[in-house]
Amino acid sequence: MPASKITKKLSSLICMALVLIPGLAFADYELNLTESVTALGKEIYDLHMLVLIICTVVCVAVFAVIIYSLINHRKSKGAKPATFHESATVEFIWTVIPFIILVIIAVPATKVLLKIEDASNPDLTIKATGWQWKWEYEYLDNGVHFFSNLDKASNDARQLGSKTDPRTVPNYLLDVDNPIVVPVNKKVRILTTANDVIHAWWVPELAVKRDAIPGFINESWFKAEKTGVYRGQCAELCGKDHGFMPIVVNVVSDSEYNDWVASQKKAMAAAKASAGKTWSKADLMKRGEEVYNASCAACHQANGQGIPGVFPGIAGSKVATGPVEGHIDIVINGKPGTAMQAFGTQLSPADSAAVITFQRNAFGNNTGDVVQPSQISR
Amino acid sequence: MSTQSGGYYLPAPSHWPIVGSIGLFIMLFGFASALPGTSDGEMGNMTMMYIGMAIVAFMLFGWFGQVIGESESGKYNAQVDTSFRMSMVWFIFSEVMFFAAFFGALFYARQLSVPWLSGEGNNAMTNALLWKGYAGDWPTNGPASVGGKFEIMSAYGIPLWNTIILLTSGLTVTWAHWGLKKDNRGQLIMGLFLTVALGAVFVALQAYEYIHAYNDLNLKLTSGIYGSTFFMLTGFHGLHVTIGAIMLLVMLFRSMKGHFTAKNHFAFEAAAWYWHFVDVVWLGLFIFVYWLV
Amino acid sequence: MSDHKPSGITRWIFTTNHKDIGTLYLWFAFIMFFVGGSMAMVIRAELLQPGMQVVDPLFFNSMTTMHGLIMVFGAVMPAMVGFANWMVPMMIGAPDMALPRMNNWSFWILPFAGTMLVSTLFMEGGGPAFGWTFYAPLSTTFAPQSTDFFIFAVHLLGFSSIMGAINIIATILNMRAPGMTLMKMPLFVWTWLITAFLLIAVMPVLAGAVTMMLTDRNFGTSFFDAAGGGDPVLFQHVFWFFGHPEVYIMILPSFGIVSQIIPTFARKQLFGYASMVYATAAIAFLSFIVWAHHMFTVGMPVAGELYFTYATVMIAVPTAVKVFNWTATMWKGSMTFETPMLWAVGFVFLFTVGGFTGLMMGVAPADFQYHDTYFIVAHFHYVLVPGAVFAIIGGIYYWIPKWTGNMYDEKLGKLHFWLSAISVNILFFPQHFIGLAGMPRRIPDYAVQFSEFNFMSSIGGFVFGATQLLFLYIVIKCIRGGEKATDQVWDNPEGLEWTIPSPAPYHTFETAPQIK
Ligand code: HEA
Ligand code: HEA
Ligand code: HEC
Ligand code: CUA
Ligand SMILES: [Cu+2]
Repeated sequence: MPASKITKKLSSLICMALVLIPGLAFADYELNLTESVTALGKEIYDLHMLVLIICTVVCVAVFAVIIYSLINHRKSKGAKPATFHESATVEFIWTVIPFIILVIIAVPATKVLLKIEDASNPDLTIKATGWQWKWEYEYLDNGVHFFSNLDKASNDARQLGSKTDPRTVPNYLLDVDNPIVVPVNKKVRILTTANDVIHAWWVPELAVKRDAIPGFINESWFKAEKTGVYRGQCAELCGKDHGFMPIVVNVVSDSEYNDWVASQKKAMAAAKASAGKTWSKADLMKRGEEVYNASCAACHQANGQGIPGVFPGIAGSKVATGPVEGHIDIVINGKPGTAMQAFGTQLSPADSAAVITFQRNAFGNNTGDVVQPSQISR
Repeated sequence: MSTQSGGYYLPAPSHWPIVGSIGLFIMLFGFASALPGTSDGEMGNMTMMYIGMAIVAFMLFGWFGQVIGESESGKYNAQVDTSFRMSMVWFIFSEVMFFAAFFGALFYARQLSVPWLSGEGNNAMTNALLWKGYAGDWPTNGPASVGGKFEIMSAYGIPLWNTIILLTSGLTVTWAHWGLKKDNRGQLIMGLFLTVALGAVFVALQAYEYIHAYNDLNLKLTSGIYGSTFFMLTGFHGLHVTIGAIMLLVMLFRSMKGHFTAKNHFAFEAAAWYWHFVDVVWLGLFIFVYWLV
Repeated sequence: MSDHKPSGITRWIFTTNHKDIGTLYLWFAFIMFFVGGSMAMVIRAELLQPGMQVVDPLFFNSMTTMHGLIMVFGAVMPAMVGFANWMVPMMIGAPDMALPRMNNWSFWILPFAGTMLVSTLFMEGGGPAFGWTFYAPLSTTFAPQSTDFFIFAVHLLGFSSIMGAINIIATILNMRAPGMTLMKMPLFVWTWLITAFLLIAVMPVLAGAVTMMLTDRNFGTSFFDAAGGGDPVLFQHVFWFFGHPEVYIMILPSFGIVSQIIPTFARKQLFGYASMVYATAAIAFLSFIVWAHHMFTVGMPVAGELYFTYATVMIAVPTAVKVFNWTATMWKGSMTFETPMLWAVGFVFLFTVGGFTGLMMGVAPADFQYHDTYFIVAHFHYVLVPGAVFAIIGGIYYWIPKWTGNMYDEKLGKLHFWLSAISVNILFFPQHFIGLAGMPRRIPDYAVQFSEFNFMSSIGGFVFGATQLLFLYIVIKCIRGGEKATDQVWDNPEGLEWTIPSPAPYHTFETAPQIK
């Protein structure tokens, strides 16, 4: 689309002009709104450019007048003050002109908005649920279901005092363990909601940002025209790790998408099948530690001490050293009305058993208990 | 060391405000410390809060006492009077806006959030995926039936009586005002007495109604959005009736002591305005909380 | 008893004098500006480079939250009330504020409210970490215990603001000297009259919002809980019904200050006085009906989104009138550029930049992309820092000779301006770029492509912050002494405040002046 090329050029120019000093030094960095890979996103981009250009032009015009005046109408240049102090005509004109400009902006804005809000007739519907601090995805058409966490490399590097240079981590903070996969050129409807607090599902290149409100479902949609990997982040402050719940959308061809769905189904079946298996304590502890660090450490902390007043410690916890049933219950069903989530839907029985075993035998808790996947009733 | 400049009375430095600030601080700090922090927790120790309340009460006595003294000794001229009047009007306006927040919540719930939960507007999926089968009829305690089944408070029992009581009290206070303007002390005192008495009856009936709601109807503060709006609106209103009645009671005592003149009785009028404001809020409550359910 | 000043600490604690109370407000605001600014320095230090180096994420969030709260409620608002206290009686020829004792109370609640607010940082679970907008349910079900203290701190702040505003309205409407008709009042007085009205209308709504939070947290109500039929978004509506007028509460008095300064140094009457008044009123009116432009992404019905877009962009019209009138005031004037004028002109330029990004964000379909990014952060800092804060600083330079009787150090004042004006742009301009490129706000760490601009922004921030230490020095120096100011101070400025001696006597206008 040549029009958007031109606007892109223009926009860089305008931004450079505005930024004066720094703009030149950083010319190859993204200065303007992220360009979208959807047709609708391009319309949003053009709308953005329209308003930006209007604002810049008016701004430059006003500034030019002021600067002219500042230079020429100064006392040191011998300027004598004029005595005029009102004029109904000019005041009327400069009330009406902005109004007309606003109408010019409002018309395309209305058109684009109506398109954005029309999520009807989707080819595919995905429910995205925000949790502190991860996303859960359910493909309503084919039952694929999984959770998506910040990937391990980023998660390790982002710890306070980790000593890892973020620049060495590929896609630092913008990578997840399980990306969502969608077919190209299909209208994908995203239903956003949340389990605990408000989150927002945002992928700039797909030009979608919509809040995920607990107890309500919001609709939004996109139709990606190019395959590729598109990254975004949670865009509503949702607590401690709000900065660490990215979104990755993998747009692929139809056939790749179908293969992916099949493999997901197979994996889900395999996880179910493994529920009957008996594990050794060492294996459970090893797996448990991994699960703990991936799913629990965000709140209960890697050292099991929690954050006093916010998240209880696991070390010495009455629950984690008390009866096994109570421990299983809180992990599987969570505690409603608190940040403690029901992990029964998130973790496989094997992982739940592993993490409970781990918690009961780590951080100085030595109950010696071993919990097997079969004990996790659900 | 006050100044009487151009007739406008400028008070001397005063220690009452700082006493008030300290009192408020202790009271609220104490209250916050005692709060459970979760809806199923227990209240903690409230001693600190009571100490703060005592200080605030002490301040109010002292401060108002001083103002009454100044007023009775004729220090205030007409312009000071106007300042007081304007301030009272704007204060009442701020109270109106406080109630507006809660009425806003009520209207929002009735017109928007509850219908949306039942699938109206662009929320078909909300109902289909999250709250299947929820019909969203008002009154409601929400799709999760928070607090369990409850019955609503009928508008035609106590609430109707209370409406009549408050409207009558609006008349009696006006009658008292007429008395004051005619310099008829007897009518003034009688009118005020009746008004305060009606206010007390109102509060008592309201208390009885709450007990009834909790014990017999299972209608509680925790009964979802209906219970929340019901108790917050009527509760804050009841609090304001109490404050207004106390104000009028003070006016009653002052009238009995011979304060006020037929021309000069701003304090009385302020209390009366406040009482009318409380009255009008009640009409809103009666219509939107009790009647139109 | 012409100019007797009580002495000692009790002078300040018990005072009923509008000038003393104005001074107290201004110092309180100054201190809070430094406290809030220090928190901003923590934020900028963490964001200097990608990766987590300085604070943990939870503490970062409480820094963001407290920074916003303290700057808004502790610095800018009290500073504006300080100006009102000092200047309104002097500008309208009144002996004092209408209710001097209550005036004292309005101020003395603030330090206690501030203490309550800041004390939460030291409580178990940390201070409020849910943003200065404290959206439910993050601030209700999922917030630490200290939140209840935060709630009461907000109650106290609101109580103080309402009393202060009532006092200002009563003063302006009832205490004007004979002949001072409404349309003869200085524009600063007009803007404060309208601001005070906004305060009385919206602070109680904020009190209602936090009260509902309180009961949702502690007593099991369901205002913000869908399970009980409420809605978390209800909180946002109530909050922004307060919050949007709140931002104009911070900017209208700034408009007033700038409208006093520019005519003085252009040596020319303010252009379009009447239309300035009407524009102020129009902005105030519109501010009540645009609140949901902060909530475009919450999933409102499309009709609502359209309505709020149209209403929002309309605010550009009266604001345009203001900007054009200032321009026309300077046009064909005879300008000099003493320090106050520099800040005022800086205000006009940089506020306009912030206003234009506001206009862009008012367009809902585009705001979907801007919302909750650093583009927003850039917008509101442009209107608040080189906007409101520049106006405050300019106002201080403008009136401090009247307050202290001494001229400030003109050379240092100019240096202060130029350092601030340059660094503030290095601080906030790059945030437009990182915002558009996709950096969310309220995050302690970011993807590496945002590194360079964040680095730049942080450096700008440190320089801007350090520059304000210079301001503190200039102010103290001016109080201590310096060239004596004349009564007029400036070259033939308009207004009653310039007819009385410098420093302004403790009691002024005990007999009301006659205004022709
Ligand atoms: C002093 C404070 C102040 C002021 C004055 C403004 C002024 C404006 N603001 Fe801003 N705003 C904030 C403080 C302020 N804002 C804050 C603190 C937030 C963030 C809150 C948070 O989330 O934490 C915010 C957020 C915010 C949002 C929400 C963004 C989001 O979260 O997605 C929006 C959206 O519409 C907005 C719009 C506007 C508009 C249209 C104006 C208008 O008033 C601007 C009008 C001015 C001009 C337009 C420039 C001058 C005009 C001309 C020179 C004439 C020419 C005009 C035409 C071309 C028509 N603001
Ligand atoms: C009037 C209001 C106001 C003012 C004046 C400021 C001033 C500043 N703000 Fe403010 N800011 C807000 C209101 C304001 N802000 C609001 C409402 C938010 C949103 C909060 C939220 O998301 O909930 C916000 C958020 C916010 C963020 C985003 C945080 C995030 O999203 O995570 C950032 C980041 O850069 C920032 C930076 C700054 C800086 C560097 C200044 C500087 O101008 C400050 C300069 C002042 C000083 C530095 C103090 C004086 C100097 C000293 C004490 C000496 C020590 C100095 C050194 C060590 C150098 N602010
Ligand atoms: C988003 C935050 C969060 C995450 C992630 C989290 N928890 Fe919790 N957890 C909590 C909170 C909050 C509580 C306290 C609940 C209460 O108030 O009783 C808690 C309580 C617990 C308790 C009881 C502790 C006690 O002494 O009361 C156990 C056991 C527990 N969690 C296990 C886990 C396990 C296992 C995981 C991961 C698989 C996990 N948690 C992940 C927030 C979290
Ligand atoms: Cu989830 Cu922010
Ligand atoms: Cu706004």
